Amino acid sequence: MNMLKAKSITLPNGKIVPFKRSKAPWIILALLICFYYSVQITGFDLQILTKRIGQFWVIIGDMIPPNWNYLNKLWQPLFDTIKMSLLGSLLGSVFALPLAYFASSNIGKNQFVVTATKFILSLLRTLPTLVAALIATFIFGIGTMAGTVAIFLFTIAYVGKLLYEQIENADLKAFEAMQSMGHSTFSAFRYAIMPQIMPNYLSNSIFCFEGNVRYAAILGYVGAGGIGLLLNESLGWRNYANVGMILLLLAVAVFIIENASEYLRKKLL
Amino acid sequence: MNTVEKQLLNEPKRIVQNVITAVIVIVFLMWSLTAVDLSNFTSNGVDIAKNILHGIVTPNTDLLFTFNTNGVPYLLLETMAIAFLGTIVGAILAIPLAFLSASNIVPKPIAFIIRLLLIFVRTIPAIVYGLMFIRVTGPGPFAGVLTMALTSIGMLSKLFVDIIEDLEVNILESLESIGCTTFEKIRYGIIPQLSAMFLSVAIYRFDMNLRDAAILGLVGAGGIGAPLIFAMNGYKWSEVGSILIGLMVLILLIEFFSNKIRNKIVRG
Repeated sequence: MNMLKAKSITLPNGKIVPFKRSKAPWIILALLICFYYSVQITGFDLQILTKRIGQFWVIIGDMIPPNWNYLNKLWQPLFDTIKMSLLGSLLGSVFALPLAYFASSNIGKNQFVVTATKFILSLLRTLPTLVAALIATFIFGIGTMAGTVAIFLFTIAYVGKLLYEQIENADLKAFEAMQSMGHSTFSAFRYAIMPQIMPNYLSNSIFCFEGNVRYAAILGYVGAGGIGLLLNESLGWRNYANVGMILLLLAVAVFIIENASEYLRKKLL
Repeated sequence: MNTVEKQLLNEPKRIVQNVITAVIVIVFLMWSLTAVDLSNFTSNGVDIAKNILHGIVTPNTDLLFTFNTNGVPYLLLETMAIAFLGTIVGAILAIPLAFLSASNIVPKPIAFIIRLLLIFVRTIPAIVYGLMFIRVTGPGPFAGVLTMALTSIGMLSKLFVDIIEDLEVNILESLESIGCTTFEKIRYGIIPQLSAMFLSVAIYRFDMNLRDAAILGLVGAGGIGAPLIFAMNGYKWSEVGSILIGLMVLILLIEFFSNKIRNKIVRG
Protein backbone atom coordinates (compact mmCIF):
# COMPACT_ATOMS: atom_id res chain seq x y z
CA MET A 1 0.00 0.00 0.00
CA ASN A 2 2.97 2.27 -0.52
CA MET A 3 1.00 4.14 -3.17
CA LEU A 4 -1.64 5.27 -0.68
CA LYS A 5 0.73 6.30 2.09
CA ALA A 6 1.09 10.03 2.68
CA LYS A 7 4.62 11.22 2.04
CA SER A 8 6.30 14.22 3.55
CA ILE A 9 9.29 16.40 2.80
CA THR A 10 11.59 17.95 5.39
CA LEU A 11 12.57 21.47 4.43
CA PRO A 12 16.08 22.82 5.23
CA ASN A 13 14.67 24.82 8.15
CA GLY A 14 13.34 21.65 9.74
CA LYS A 15 9.70 22.17 8.83
CA ILE A 16 7.89 19.01 7.69
CA VAL A 17 5.52 19.47 4.78
CA PRO A 18 3.18 16.50 4.29
CA PHE A 19 1.96 15.73 0.78
CA LYS A 20 -1.76 15.69 0.35
CA ARG A 21 -2.90 12.10 0.12
CA SER A 22 -4.05 11.50 -3.44
CA LYS A 23 -7.65 10.46 -3.86
CA ALA A 24 -7.06 9.29 -7.41
CA PRO A 25 -6.86 5.51 -6.64
CA TRP A 26 -10.25 5.59 -4.90
CA ILE A 27 -11.86 7.59 -7.68
CA ILE A 28 -10.48 5.22 -10.30
CA LEU A 29 -11.72 2.23 -8.29
CA ALA A 30 -15.21 3.73 -8.01
CA LEU A 31 -15.25 4.52 -11.72
CA LEU A 32 -14.19 0.97 -12.57
CA ILE A 33 -16.98 -0.49 -10.42
CA CYS A 34 -19.55 1.80 -12.09
CA PHE A 35 -18.08 0.88 -15.46
CA TYR A 36 -18.42 -2.84 -14.78
CA TYR A 37 -22.04 -2.61 -13.68
CA SER A 38 -22.92 -0.26 -16.53
CA VAL A 39 -21.52 -2.77 -18.99
CA GLN A 40 -23.65 -5.49 -17.35
CA ILE A 41 -26.83 -3.39 -17.46
CA THR A 42 -26.49 -2.07 -20.98
CA GLY A 43 -25.21 -5.27 -22.54
CA PHE A 44 -22.20 -3.53 -24.03
CA ASP A 45 -20.47 -6.08 -26.25
CA LEU A 46 -17.30 -5.29 -28.15
CA GLN A 47 -17.65 -8.41 -30.29
CA ILE A 48 -21.01 -7.35 -31.69
CA LEU A 49 -19.62 -3.90 -32.24
CA THR A 50 -16.59 -5.03 -34.24
CA LYS A 51 -18.66 -7.52 -36.21
CA ARG A 52 -21.56 -5.23 -37.07
CA ILE A 53 -20.02 -1.76 -37.17
CA GLY A 54 -19.75 -2.20 -40.95
CA GLN A 55 -23.53 -1.57 -41.06
CA PHE A 56 -22.95 1.91 -39.73
CA TRP A 57 -20.55 2.75 -42.55
CA VAL A 58 -22.97 1.24 -45.05
CA ILE A 59 -25.61 3.72 -43.89
CA ILE A 60 -23.12 6.58 -44.04
CA GLY A 61 -22.09 5.39 -47.51
CA ASP A 62 -25.73 5.45 -48.64
CA MET A 63 -26.01 9.06 -47.51
CA ILE A 64 -23.25 10.08 -49.89
CA PRO A 65 -23.97 11.49 -52.37
CA PRO A 66 -27.13 13.12 -51.01
CA ASN A 67 -30.25 13.25 -53.15
CA TRP A 68 -30.12 16.81 -54.53
CA ASN A 69 -33.54 16.51 -56.18
CA TYR A 70 -35.03 16.32 -52.73
CA LEU A 71 -33.76 19.79 -51.87
CA ASN A 72 -36.77 21.59 -53.38
CA LYS A 73 -39.13 19.92 -50.93
CA LEU A 74 -36.99 20.81 -47.95
CA TRP A 75 -37.08 24.62 -47.89
CA GLN A 76 -40.59 24.96 -46.51
CA PRO A 77 -40.05 22.51 -43.58
CA LEU A 78 -36.65 24.04 -42.87
CA PHE A 79 -38.17 27.50 -42.58
CA ASP A 80 -40.96 26.06 -40.44
CA THR A 81 -38.30 24.69 -38.10
CA ILE A 82 -36.53 28.04 -37.93
CA LYS A 83 -39.82 29.92 -37.42
CA MET A 84 -40.78 27.50 -34.66
CA SER A 85 -37.56 28.03 -32.79
CA LEU A 86 -37.56 31.78 -33.42
CA LEU A 87 -41.07 32.28 -32.07
CA GLY A 88 -40.49 29.95 -29.13
CA SER A 89 -37.18 31.60 -28.22
CA LEU A 90 -38.53 35.13 -28.62
CA LEU A 91 -41.61 34.59 -26.47
CA GLY A 92 -39.69 32.42 -24.03
CA SER A 93 -37.01 35.05 -23.49
CA VAL A 94 -39.63 37.76 -22.95
CA PHE A 95 -41.52 35.67 -20.39
CA ALA A 96 -38.27 34.67 -18.69
CA LEU A 97 -37.69 38.25 -17.56
CA PRO A 98 -40.60 38.58 -15.11
CA LEU A 99 -39.97 35.05 -13.82
CA ALA A 100 -36.31 35.84 -13.21
CA TYR A 101 -37.39 39.04 -11.45
CA PHE A 102 -39.49 37.03 -9.01
CA ALA A 103 -36.85 34.32 -8.62
CA SER A 104 -33.93 36.54 -7.59
CA SER A 105 -33.41 36.46 -3.86
CA ASN A 106 -31.87 39.93 -3.69
CA ILE A 107 -34.84 41.70 -5.31
CA GLY A 108 -37.80 39.65 -4.14
CA LYS A 109 -38.53 40.18 -0.48
CA ASN A 110 -40.97 37.32 -0.17
CA GLN A 111 -38.92 34.16 0.44
CA PHE A 112 -41.81 31.89 -0.50
CA VAL A 113 -42.29 33.45 -3.95
CA VAL A 114 -38.54 33.28 -4.62
CA THR A 115 -38.28 29.59 -3.72
CA ALA A 116 -41.47 28.65 -5.56
CA THR A 117 -40.41 30.44 -8.76
CA LYS A 118 -36.96 28.86 -8.64
CA PHE A 119 -38.53 25.45 -8.13
CA ILE A 120 -40.85 25.90 -11.12
CA LEU A 121 -37.93 26.98 -13.29
CA SER A 122 -35.85 23.94 -12.37
CA LEU A 123 -38.79 21.60 -12.91
CA LEU A 124 -39.30 23.07 -16.38
CA ARG A 125 -35.61 22.66 -17.09
CA THR A 126 -35.60 18.96 -16.26
CA LEU A 127 -38.47 18.23 -18.62
CA PRO A 128 -36.78 17.02 -21.83
CA THR A 129 -37.83 19.12 -24.82
CA LEU A 130 -38.88 16.09 -26.80
CA VAL A 131 -41.17 14.92 -24.01
CA ALA A 132 -42.65 18.40 -23.69
CA ALA A 133 -43.24 18.40 -27.45
CA LEU A 134 -44.91 15.01 -27.24
CA ILE A 135 -47.26 16.20 -24.51
CA ALA A 136 -47.92 19.36 -26.52
CA THR A 137 -48.94 17.34 -29.56
CA PHE A 138 -51.64 15.70 -27.46
CA ILE A 139 -52.97 19.11 -26.45
CA PHE A 140 -52.43 21.29 -29.52
CA GLY A 141 -52.61 18.61 -32.14
CA ILE A 142 -49.87 17.59 -34.53
CA GLY A 143 -48.02 20.50 -36.11
CA THR A 144 -45.67 23.37 -35.53
CA MET A 145 -47.69 24.76 -32.62
CA ALA A 146 -46.65 21.84 -30.40
CA GLY A 147 -43.01 22.38 -31.25
CA THR A 148 -43.28 26.09 -30.53
CA VAL A 149 -44.77 25.40 -27.11
CA ALA A 150 -42.00 22.92 -26.25
CA ILE A 151 -39.29 25.36 -27.27
CA PHE A 152 -41.06 28.18 -25.45
CA LEU A 153 -41.07 26.21 -22.19
CA PHE A 154 -37.43 25.21 -22.52
CA THR A 155 -36.36 28.79 -23.30
CA ILE A 156 -38.18 30.17 -20.28
CA ALA A 157 -36.41 27.70 -18.04
CA TYR A 158 -32.97 28.14 -19.57
CA VAL A 159 -32.89 31.91 -20.02
CA GLY A 160 -34.75 32.40 -16.74
CA LYS A 161 -32.16 30.48 -14.76
CA LEU A 162 -29.18 32.30 -16.26
CA LEU A 163 -30.99 35.61 -15.82
CA TYR A 164 -31.80 35.24 -12.13
CA GLU A 165 -28.24 34.15 -11.45
CA GLN A 166 -27.13 37.34 -13.12
CA ILE A 167 -29.56 39.52 -11.20
CA GLU A 168 -28.33 37.95 -7.98
CA ASN A 169 -24.75 38.78 -8.92
CA ALA A 170 -25.58 42.31 -10.09
CA ASP A 171 -24.20 45.37 -8.35
CA LEU A 172 -26.93 46.58 -6.00
CA LYS A 173 -25.50 49.98 -5.09
CA ALA A 174 -27.42 51.94 -7.71
CA PHE A 175 -30.54 49.90 -6.97
CA GLU A 176 -30.40 50.71 -3.26
CA ALA A 177 -29.65 54.37 -3.96
CA MET A 178 -32.74 54.61 -6.16
CA GLN A 179 -34.89 52.88 -3.60
CA SER A 180 -33.74 55.31 -0.92
CA MET A 181 -34.67 58.17 -3.27
CA GLY A 182 -38.19 56.81 -3.32
CA HIS A 183 -38.31 54.64 -6.42
CA SER A 184 -40.47 51.57 -6.14
CA THR A 185 -38.72 48.18 -6.29
CA PHE A 186 -39.91 47.72 -9.83
CA SER A 187 -38.78 51.07 -11.18
CA ALA A 188 -35.45 50.80 -9.35
CA PHE A 189 -35.03 47.39 -10.99
CA ARG A 190 -35.87 48.88 -14.36
CA TYR A 191 -33.31 51.71 -14.16
CA ALA A 192 -30.55 50.20 -12.00
CA ILE A 193 -30.46 46.46 -12.71
CA MET A 194 -31.81 46.18 -16.25
CA PRO A 195 -28.94 48.11 -17.88
CA GLN A 196 -26.47 45.81 -16.11
CA ILE A 197 -28.05 42.54 -17.18
CA MET A 198 -29.28 43.59 -20.62
CA PRO A 199 -26.24 42.61 -22.77
CA ASN A 200 -25.94 39.21 -21.12
CA TYR A 201 -29.67 38.63 -21.27
CA LEU A 202 -29.77 39.30 -25.01
CA SER A 203 -26.65 37.23 -25.56
CA ASN A 204 -28.11 34.27 -23.67
CA SER A 205 -31.37 34.54 -25.57
CA ILE A 206 -29.57 34.48 -28.90
CA PHE A 207 -27.46 31.54 -27.75
CA CYS A 208 -30.59 29.72 -26.67
CA PHE A 209 -32.17 30.36 -30.08
CA GLU A 210 -29.12 28.82 -31.71
CA GLY A 211 -29.44 25.68 -29.60
CA ASN A 212 -33.18 25.59 -30.17
CA VAL A 213 -32.74 25.33 -33.94
CA ARG A 214 -30.87 22.06 -33.37
CA TYR A 215 -33.56 20.82 -31.02
CA ALA A 216 -36.39 21.90 -33.30
CA ALA A 217 -34.88 19.79 -36.04
CA ILE A 218 -35.69 16.61 -34.14
CA LEU A 219 -39.04 17.68 -32.70
CA GLY A 220 -40.70 16.52 -35.90
CA TYR A 221 -39.93 13.03 -34.73
CA VAL A 222 -42.88 13.18 -32.34
CA GLY A 223 -45.04 15.03 -34.83
CA ALA A 224 -44.28 18.55 -33.68
CA GLY A 225 -43.70 19.89 -37.16
CA GLY A 226 -40.72 21.08 -39.14
CA ILE A 227 -37.94 19.26 -40.92
CA GLY A 228 -37.83 16.46 -38.34
CA LEU A 229 -41.03 15.08 -39.82
CA LEU A 230 -39.31 14.48 -43.15
CA LEU A 231 -36.22 13.16 -41.39
CA ASN A 232 -38.29 10.63 -39.54
CA GLU A 233 -40.12 9.65 -42.73
CA SER A 234 -36.92 9.18 -44.75
CA LEU A 235 -35.28 7.20 -41.96
CA GLY A 236 -38.38 5.02 -41.73
CA TRP A 237 -38.24 4.28 -45.47
CA ARG A 238 -34.47 3.76 -45.19
CA ASN A 239 -34.04 6.33 -47.92
CA TYR A 240 -30.60 7.35 -46.75
CA ALA A 241 -29.80 9.57 -49.72
CA ASN A 242 -32.69 11.79 -48.64
CA VAL A 243 -31.52 11.63 -45.02
CA GLY A 244 -28.09 12.74 -46.17
CA MET A 245 -29.63 15.73 -47.98
CA ILE A 246 -31.64 16.74 -44.91
CA LEU A 247 -28.62 16.45 -42.64
CA LEU A 248 -26.45 18.43 -45.03
CA LEU A 249 -29.03 21.22 -45.28
CA LEU A 250 -29.41 21.20 -41.51
CA ALA A 251 -25.66 21.38 -40.99
CA VAL A 252 -25.40 24.37 -43.33
CA ALA A 253 -28.35 26.14 -41.69
CA VAL A 254 -27.00 25.52 -38.19
CA PHE A 255 -23.55 26.68 -39.28
CA ILE A 256 -24.93 29.96 -40.67
CA ILE A 257 -27.08 30.62 -37.62
CA GLU A 258 -24.19 29.77 -35.29
CA ASN A 259 -21.88 32.22 -36.98
CA ALA A 260 -24.52 34.95 -37.11
CA SER A 261 -25.28 34.46 -33.43
CA GLU A 262 -21.60 34.46 -32.51
CA TYR A 263 -21.14 37.74 -34.41
CA LEU A 264 -24.13 39.34 -32.71
CA ARG A 265 -23.10 38.16 -29.27
CA LYS A 266 -19.56 39.46 -29.70
CA LYS A 267 -21.00 42.86 -30.59
CA LEU A 268 -23.24 42.82 -27.51
CA LEU A 269 -20.58 42.01 -24.94
CA MET B 1 -30.85 74.02 -14.81
CA ASN B 2 -28.93 72.13 -12.14
CA THR B 3 -26.17 69.55 -12.59
CA VAL B 4 -28.47 66.56 -12.35
CA GLU B 5 -30.66 67.80 -15.18
CA LYS B 6 -27.60 68.58 -17.33
CA GLN B 7 -26.30 65.09 -16.78
CA LEU B 8 -29.68 63.70 -17.70
CA LEU B 9 -29.66 65.58 -20.99
CA ASN B 10 -26.20 64.21 -21.70
CA GLU B 11 -27.60 60.69 -22.00
CA PRO B 12 -26.84 59.46 -25.50
CA LYS B 13 -29.81 59.50 -27.83
CA ARG B 14 -30.41 56.04 -29.21
CA ILE B 15 -33.88 56.54 -30.68
CA VAL B 16 -32.89 55.60 -34.24
CA GLN B 17 -31.06 52.47 -33.11
CA ASN B 18 -33.89 51.41 -30.85
CA VAL B 19 -36.49 51.90 -33.57
CA ILE B 20 -34.44 49.86 -36.03
CA THR B 21 -33.99 47.04 -33.51
CA ALA B 22 -37.67 47.08 -32.64
CA VAL B 23 -38.65 46.95 -36.32
CA ILE B 24 -36.31 44.01 -36.94
CA VAL B 25 -37.66 42.11 -33.95
CA ILE B 26 -41.27 42.79 -34.97
CA VAL B 27 -40.59 41.66 -38.54
CA PHE B 28 -39.03 38.44 -37.25
CA LEU B 29 -41.96 37.93 -34.90
CA MET B 30 -44.49 38.42 -37.69
CA TRP B 31 -42.55 36.11 -39.97
CA SER B 32 -42.37 33.39 -37.36
CA LEU B 33 -46.03 33.80 -36.43
CA THR B 34 -46.95 32.47 -39.87
CA ALA B 35 -45.79 29.04 -38.68
CA VAL B 36 -48.40 28.88 -35.96
CA ASP B 37 -51.14 26.60 -37.01
CA LEU B 38 -53.98 26.08 -34.61
CA SER B 39 -56.21 24.17 -37.02
CA ASN B 40 -55.45 20.91 -35.22
CA PHE B 41 -56.36 22.37 -31.87
CA THR B 42 -59.67 20.96 -30.73
CA SER B 43 -61.65 21.32 -27.54
CA ASN B 44 -60.33 17.83 -26.78
CA GLY B 45 -57.01 19.46 -26.03
CA VAL B 46 -58.28 21.07 -22.86
CA ASP B 47 -59.64 17.75 -21.58
CA ILE B 48 -56.39 16.00 -22.39
CA ALA B 49 -54.42 18.72 -20.63
CA LYS B 50 -56.59 18.21 -17.55
CA ASN B 51 -56.03 14.45 -17.69
CA ILE B 52 -52.27 14.91 -18.01
CA LEU B 53 -52.15 17.24 -15.02
CA HIS B 54 -54.32 14.86 -13.04
CA GLY B 55 -52.03 11.94 -13.94
CA ILE B 56 -48.93 13.82 -12.95
CA VAL B 57 -50.26 14.79 -9.52
CA THR B 58 -51.61 11.29 -8.89
CA PRO B 59 -48.72 9.12 -10.12
CA ASN B 60 -48.87 5.37 -10.27
CA THR B 61 -46.99 4.61 -7.05
CA ASP B 62 -46.79 0.88 -7.80
CA LEU B 63 -44.66 1.63 -10.83
CA LEU B 64 -42.65 4.24 -8.97
CA PHE B 65 -41.55 1.89 -6.20
CA THR B 66 -41.22 -1.48 -7.93
CA PHE B 67 -37.68 -2.77 -7.99
CA ASN B 68 -37.93 -5.29 -10.83
CA THR B 69 -36.88 -4.59 -14.39
CA ASN B 70 -40.19 -2.88 -15.25
CA GLY B 71 -40.16 -0.44 -12.37
CA VAL B 72 -39.11 3.17 -12.60
CA PRO B 73 -35.98 2.73 -10.39
CA TYR B 74 -34.49 0.09 -12.66
CA LEU B 75 -35.30 2.10 -15.80
CA LEU B 76 -33.60 5.12 -14.27
CA LEU B 77 -30.59 2.97 -13.40
CA GLU B 78 -30.46 1.76 -16.99
CA THR B 79 -30.67 5.34 -18.25
CA MET B 80 -27.84 6.31 -15.93
CA ALA B 81 -25.74 3.36 -17.07
CA ILE B 82 -26.23 4.39 -20.70
CA ALA B 83 -25.24 7.97 -19.97
CA PHE B 84 -22.27 6.93 -17.84
CA LEU B 85 -20.81 4.45 -20.30
CA GLY B 86 -21.43 6.78 -23.22
CA THR B 87 -19.66 9.62 -21.44
CA ILE B 88 -16.63 7.50 -20.52
CA VAL B 89 -16.20 6.02 -23.98
CA GLY B 90 -16.81 9.40 -25.60
CA ALA B 91 -14.40 11.20 -23.28
CA ILE B 92 -11.61 8.71 -23.90
CA LEU B 93 -12.05 8.89 -27.67
CA ALA B 94 -12.34 12.67 -27.59
CA ILE B 95 -8.90 13.19 -26.05
CA PRO B 96 -6.81 12.14 -29.10
CA LEU B 97 -9.22 13.94 -31.45
CA ALA B 98 -8.91 17.10 -29.37
CA PHE B 99 -5.11 17.01 -29.53
CA LEU B 100 -5.34 16.42 -33.29
CA SER B 101 -7.50 19.51 -33.78
CA ALA B 102 -5.58 21.85 -31.47
CA SER B 103 -3.78 24.33 -33.69
CA ASN B 104 -0.93 24.79 -31.19
CA ILE B 105 -0.07 21.07 -31.33
CA VAL B 106 -0.52 19.86 -34.92
CA PRO B 107 -0.09 21.69 -38.27
CA LYS B 108 -2.95 24.01 -39.21
CA PRO B 109 -4.37 21.99 -42.18
CA ILE B 110 -4.75 18.81 -40.12
CA ALA B 111 -6.38 20.71 -37.28
CA PHE B 112 -8.78 22.33 -39.76
CA ILE B 113 -9.83 19.02 -41.35
CA ILE B 114 -10.45 17.33 -37.99
CA ARG B 115 -12.42 20.38 -36.84
CA LEU B 116 -14.64 20.27 -39.91
CA LEU B 117 -15.27 16.57 -39.27
CA LEU B 118 -16.19 17.32 -35.66
CA ILE B 119 -18.64 20.05 -36.76
CA PHE B 120 -20.44 17.46 -38.86
CA VAL B 121 -20.44 14.96 -36.01
CA ARG B 122 -21.97 17.61 -33.75
CA THR B 123 -24.72 18.73 -36.09
CA ILE B 124 -26.34 15.35 -36.57
CA PRO B 125 -29.05 15.02 -33.91
CA ALA B 126 -28.69 12.26 -31.32
CA ILE B 127 -31.92 10.63 -32.48
CA VAL B 128 -30.52 10.09 -35.97
CA TYR B 129 -27.44 8.37 -34.54
CA GLY B 130 -29.75 6.31 -32.37
CA LEU B 131 -31.71 5.10 -35.39
CA MET B 132 -28.49 4.32 -37.23
CA PHE B 133 -26.98 2.36 -34.36
CA ILE B 134 -30.16 0.38 -33.92
CA ARG B 135 -29.46 -1.05 -37.37
CA VAL B 136 -26.02 -2.03 -36.05
CA THR B 137 -26.76 -3.54 -32.65
CA GLY B 138 -30.49 -4.07 -32.65
CA PRO B 139 -32.80 -2.16 -30.32
CA GLY B 140 -31.68 -1.92 -26.71
CA PRO B 141 -29.46 0.02 -24.36
CA PHE B 142 -26.31 -0.93 -26.27
CA ALA B 143 -27.40 1.27 -29.19
CA GLY B 144 -28.00 4.04 -26.68
CA VAL B 145 -24.46 3.76 -25.33
CA LEU B 146 -22.95 4.04 -28.81
CA THR B 147 -25.13 7.04 -29.59
CA MET B 148 -24.19 8.80 -26.38
CA ALA B 149 -20.51 8.06 -27.04
CA LEU B 150 -20.65 9.59 -30.50
CA THR B 151 -22.54 12.73 -29.47
CA SER B 152 -20.19 13.13 -26.49
CA ILE B 153 -17.16 12.98 -28.77
CA GLY B 154 -18.56 15.87 -30.79
CA MET B 155 -19.01 18.23 -27.87
CA LEU B 156 -16.23 17.07 -25.57
CA SER B 157 -13.50 17.34 -28.18
CA LYS B 158 -14.57 20.90 -28.91
CA LEU B 159 -14.38 21.86 -25.23
CA PHE B 160 -11.14 19.91 -24.77
CA VAL B 161 -9.58 21.82 -27.67
CA ASP B 162 -10.40 25.13 -25.99
CA ILE B 163 -8.69 23.91 -22.82
CA ILE B 164 -5.63 22.63 -24.69
CA GLU B 165 -5.26 25.89 -26.58
CA ASP B 166 -5.33 27.80 -23.29
CA LEU B 167 -2.39 25.80 -21.85
CA GLU B 168 0.10 27.88 -19.83
CA VAL B 169 3.36 27.39 -21.73
CA ASN B 170 5.40 29.38 -19.19
CA ILE B 171 5.29 26.44 -16.82
CA LEU B 172 6.87 24.18 -19.43
CA GLU B 173 9.66 26.68 -19.95
CA SER B 174 10.40 26.91 -16.25
CA LEU B 175 10.35 23.13 -15.94
CA GLU B 176 12.79 22.93 -18.83
CA SER B 177 15.06 25.51 -17.21
CA ILE B 178 15.39 23.36 -14.09
CA GLY B 179 16.32 20.39 -16.27
CA CYS B 180 13.16 18.30 -16.62
CA THR B 181 12.93 15.67 -19.35
CA THR B 182 10.08 15.67 -21.88
CA PHE B 183 8.25 13.00 -19.94
CA GLU B 184 8.54 14.96 -16.71
CA LYS B 185 7.36 18.08 -18.49
CA ILE B 186 4.22 16.27 -19.63
CA ARG B 187 3.68 14.60 -16.24
CA TYR B 188 4.14 17.68 -14.05
CA GLY B 189 3.56 20.54 -16.50
CA ILE B 190 0.69 19.47 -18.76
CA ILE B 191 -1.34 16.73 -17.08
CA PRO B 192 -2.13 18.68 -13.88
CA GLN B 193 -3.35 21.61 -15.98
CA LEU B 194 -5.56 19.49 -18.17
CA SER B 195 -6.91 16.75 -15.91
CA ALA B 196 -9.06 18.90 -13.64
CA MET B 197 -10.66 20.82 -16.49
CA PHE B 198 -11.15 17.68 -18.59
CA LEU B 199 -12.81 15.93 -15.67
CA SER B 200 -15.06 18.90 -15.02
CA VAL B 201 -16.15 19.05 -18.66
CA ALA B 202 -16.74 15.29 -18.73
CA ILE B 203 -18.98 15.49 -15.65
CA TYR B 204 -20.92 18.31 -17.27
CA ARG B 205 -21.38 16.17 -20.35
CA PHE B 206 -22.60 13.28 -18.19
CA ASP B 207 -25.27 15.61 -16.88
CA MET B 208 -26.33 16.43 -20.45
CA ASN B 209 -26.12 12.81 -21.58
CA LEU B 210 -28.53 11.81 -18.86
CA ARG B 211 -31.17 14.13 -20.34
CA ASP B 212 -30.45 12.88 -23.85
CA ALA B 213 -30.47 9.24 -22.75
CA ALA B 214 -33.94 9.82 -21.34
CA ILE B 215 -35.29 10.67 -24.79
CA LEU B 216 -33.31 8.09 -26.76
CA GLY B 217 -35.79 5.49 -25.61
CA LEU B 218 -38.28 7.11 -27.98
CA VAL B 219 -36.43 5.45 -30.85
CA GLY B 220 -35.94 2.18 -28.96
CA ALA B 221 -32.36 2.73 -27.79
CA GLY B 222 -33.00 1.70 -24.20
CA GLY B 223 -33.59 3.69 -21.06
CA ILE B 224 -36.72 5.26 -19.70
CA GLY B 225 -37.92 6.87 -22.93
CA ALA B 226 -39.58 3.77 -24.36
CA PRO B 227 -41.94 3.07 -21.44
CA LEU B 228 -42.70 6.79 -21.38
CA ILE B 229 -43.83 6.91 -24.99
CA PHE B 230 -45.81 3.68 -24.61
CA ALA B 231 -47.60 5.08 -21.59
CA MET B 232 -48.36 8.29 -23.47
CA ASN B 233 -49.66 6.57 -26.57
CA GLY B 234 -51.84 4.44 -24.31
CA TYR B 235 -53.14 7.57 -22.51
CA LYS B 236 -52.01 6.09 -19.20
CA TRP B 237 -51.31 9.45 -17.63
CA SER B 238 -50.66 8.21 -14.11
CA GLU B 239 -47.85 6.01 -15.45
CA VAL B 240 -46.55 8.99 -17.41
CA GLY B 241 -46.70 10.94 -14.17
CA SER B 242 -44.66 8.43 -12.20
CA ILE B 243 -42.02 8.13 -14.94
CA LEU B 244 -41.72 11.91 -15.28
CA ILE B 245 -41.46 12.38 -11.52
CA GLY B 246 -38.71 9.76 -11.31
CA LEU B 247 -36.87 11.38 -14.22
CA MET B 248 -37.15 14.88 -12.79
CA VAL B 249 -35.91 13.82 -9.36
CA LEU B 250 -32.97 11.98 -10.90
CA ILE B 251 -32.00 14.88 -13.17
CA LEU B 252 -32.22 17.40 -10.33
CA LEU B 253 -30.13 15.17 -8.06
CA ILE B 254 -27.45 14.57 -10.68
CA GLU B 255 -27.36 18.25 -11.55
CA PHE B 256 -26.90 19.17 -7.90
CA PHE B 257 -24.06 16.71 -7.36
CA SER B 258 -22.38 17.44 -10.67
CA ASN B 259 -22.32 21.17 -9.87
CA LYS B 260 -20.88 20.48 -6.44
CA ILE B 261 -18.18 18.14 -7.70
CA ARG B 262 -17.26 20.45 -10.56
CA ASN B 263 -16.92 23.43 -8.24
CA LYS B 264 -14.67 21.38 -6.00
CA ILE B 265 -12.52 20.13 -8.87
CA VAL B 266 -12.06 23.49 -10.55
CA ARG B 267 -11.41 25.48 -7.37
CA GLY B 268 -9.11 22.77 -5.99
